[in-house]
Amino acid sequence: MKMNGARILLECLKKEGVDTVFGYPGGTVINIYNELFGFKDIHHILPRHEQAGTHAADGYARATGKVGVAIATSGPGATNTVTGIATAYMDSIPMVIITGQVSTALIGNDAFQEVDIIGITRSCTKHNFLVRDVKDLALIMKKAFYIASTGRPGPVLVDLPKDVQIAETEFVYPDAVEMRSYKPTVAGHPRQVEKAVDMVLESRRPVIYVGGGVILANASDELTGLSRKLSVPVTTTLMGLGSFPGSDPLSLGMLGMHGSYCANMAMTNSDLIIAVGARFDDRVTGKIATFAPGAKIIHIDVDPTSIKKNVRVDLPIVGDVKDVLAKMIKLADKHKDKADGFKAALAPWHEDIAGWKDKHPLGYKQSSTVIKPQFVIQKLRELSDDDVIVATDVGQHQMWTAQFFQFNRPRTLLSSGGLGTMGYGLPAAMGAQAAFPERQVISICGDGGVQMNIQEIATLVQNRLPVKIVILNNNFLGMVRQWQELFFDKRYSQTCMELPIDFVKLAEAYGAKGFSTSKPGEVEAVIKQAFKEKGPVIMEFKIAREEKVLPMVPAGASLNEMVLNA
Amino acid sequence: MLHTVSVLVENEFGVLSRVASLFSGRGFNIDSLTVAPTNEEGLSRMTIVTRGDEQILEQITKQLNKLIDVLKVIDFSDGSAIEREMILVKVAAEDENRAEVLRIVDIFRAKIIDVTAKSYTIEATGSPAKIDAILELLRPLGLKELVRTGAVAIGRGAKGWKG
Repeated sequence: MKMNGARILLECLKKEGVDTVFGYPGGTVINIYNELFGFKDIHHILPRHEQAGTHAADGYARATGKVGVAIATSGPGATNTVTGIATAYMDSIPMVIITGQVSTALIGNDAFQEVDIIGITRSCTKHNFLVRDVKDLALIMKKAFYIASTGRPGPVLVDLPKDVQIAETEFVYPDAVEMRSYKPTVAGHPRQVEKAVDMVLESRRPVIYVGGGVILANASDELTGLSRKLSVPVTTTLMGLGSFPGSDPLSLGMLGMHGSYCANMAMTNSDLIIAVGARFDDRVTGKIATFAPGAKIIHIDVDPTSIKKNVRVDLPIVGDVKDVLAKMIKLADKHKDKADGFKAALAPWHEDIAGWKDKHPLGYKQSSTVIKPQFVIQKLRELSDDDVIVATDVGQHQMWTAQFFQFNRPRTLLSSGGLGTMGYGLPAAMGAQAAFPERQVISICGDGGVQMNIQEIATLVQNRLPVKIVILNNNFLGMVRQWQELFFDKRYSQTCMELPIDFVKLAEAYGAKGFSTSKPGEVEAVIKQAFKEKGPVIMEFKIAREEKVLPMVPAGASLNEMVLNA
Repeated sequence: MLHTVSVLVENEFGVLSRVASLFSGRGFNIDSLTVAPTNEEGLSRMTIVTRGDEQILEQITKQLNKLIDVLKVIDFSDGSAIEREMILVKVAAEDENRAEVLRIVDIFRAKIIDVTAKSYTIEATGSPAKIDAILELLRPLGLKELVRTGAVAIGRGAKGWKG
């Protein structure tokens, strides 16, 4: 059947199983919106800013595991998506972003709302396409979804000129796509996997170090299975939280700059690190020269570029971590006797770990006069559902959430790990809530980050998305303030946001509900009240102003040189 | 350490800038880069001369492979490739220098492709080392203009890139 490009685009989305898109209309996508009018198979959500729309598509993707879709017009609409795209790129989130472009005849002429978005997003997309002929559109869309969701996932941008949206052609959607230049390695090499199991069984102080790759690969069951089968302790990055139950006795919690003492000591003293879907980010390793000095390293990742980028690796395994972990479990079963002996030999290692856990557990000093942020996080966990989804912004509240909100399931923490994007939390929560209208979704923010996309409360209200927004307000850009306090003689240059904002009134201005308290005794009541409300709610907690995230490995220090109390 | 890397890419719009911006964005060095279509439909081949230690070269190879439009990356280790480069060079040639230029051109089996009363324009091809050598001899005579193509490389032996 003959269709115009705009309609073909929507039919392609439908074929890919897309049910929700986050988009903002404009002159160069008006034809798409014209086709969308009355198109029943796709639910469209209109954010108040394209950056937020892109973060929402990202939150949707992280919560569901499906490809998130965002639409923006050309020029400023397109450039507003860049932060959202870069955020998704750094965390390997599958997304397809569709931007309008001026007509092909005008490209390069500095036309109204023209920008070279292909050039701009080249370094922050997995791939991008400019569609120059409507006949190529369906195949390009197929490729875009295929590239976004396979191998190491990532965002793919499709730039669609206005005349291509108007031009007509026969719509044929390919069933499959074959690209001679793109063939990700998925199956781990059997001999390498065998070697890995041998190395594990020979080790005496092993640690499994897990990143977001395990969640992206839906490999939590395999990870948990392997760890429990061999009694190997697990530490995760921020992105890996939820891939392994935080409540499991084998869990060491998060590692790195704000990781637990126990996790960082275990890494430093280990003789074997099994890195799974993690990339040895500098926030995790601390000073590279002194990172895990006595450990051999097995590195499992679907992306070969991640392997040996930052640290030496003794055994690289390129492949989908789900496949590799499943193979390792099978081999462990095959060598049952050896595995049993290995488990018994780990006793001294588990004693060391228990010692570190006891010596410096995560904690804080409770107060009866001022709200401690860690207390709010613990109360939120206590009072929320089992399958609650939490989206954070970036900063102190993010780290307190990582430390004190125990994550037991994958895809329940949405956070900008790689790029560290302020303004991410609220729209990401919106995307997750759009995917799961019945689940409880909480957005935990600081007073700084929440103001970077606060306009999205309007979107929540309009679309009846009952996100519960928690603001831990210390009137500071808290994390920068913490660095200034510890490393810059308390010279709080431009980190104080002194203007008191009435967040309750602000919520009300958008048609949402707002609660605020500065009293520790009221925290529980506020949370309970907010959770009872049917619509979106802001909960503002005025917290201890100079509370710090601890422990902390100062930038450039070794993992075992932690500031525990300051 | 200099390395020569061949990159086979889909002959797509913008692929050169993808490769070039990968180098600039990740802080890798490009000494020279040549690109043109191959005998195979829809494929272009780039020859990139770059420098870095083993770890950097491994990253360059892997990152290039990761680009969606890249089919194959061939890292030529020492001696495994034949490299050639071409120059067009305009040399001042008056009085006794005219004979000297001709002698150098003859020794290097280069060609004079343009002559005036004051200059010769020379075309020379050869390994980058040979090109360096002829330039070293011509330079004292007065180089007016020089254009170098950068190296192109092909593997030694009977096998093609598909192995």
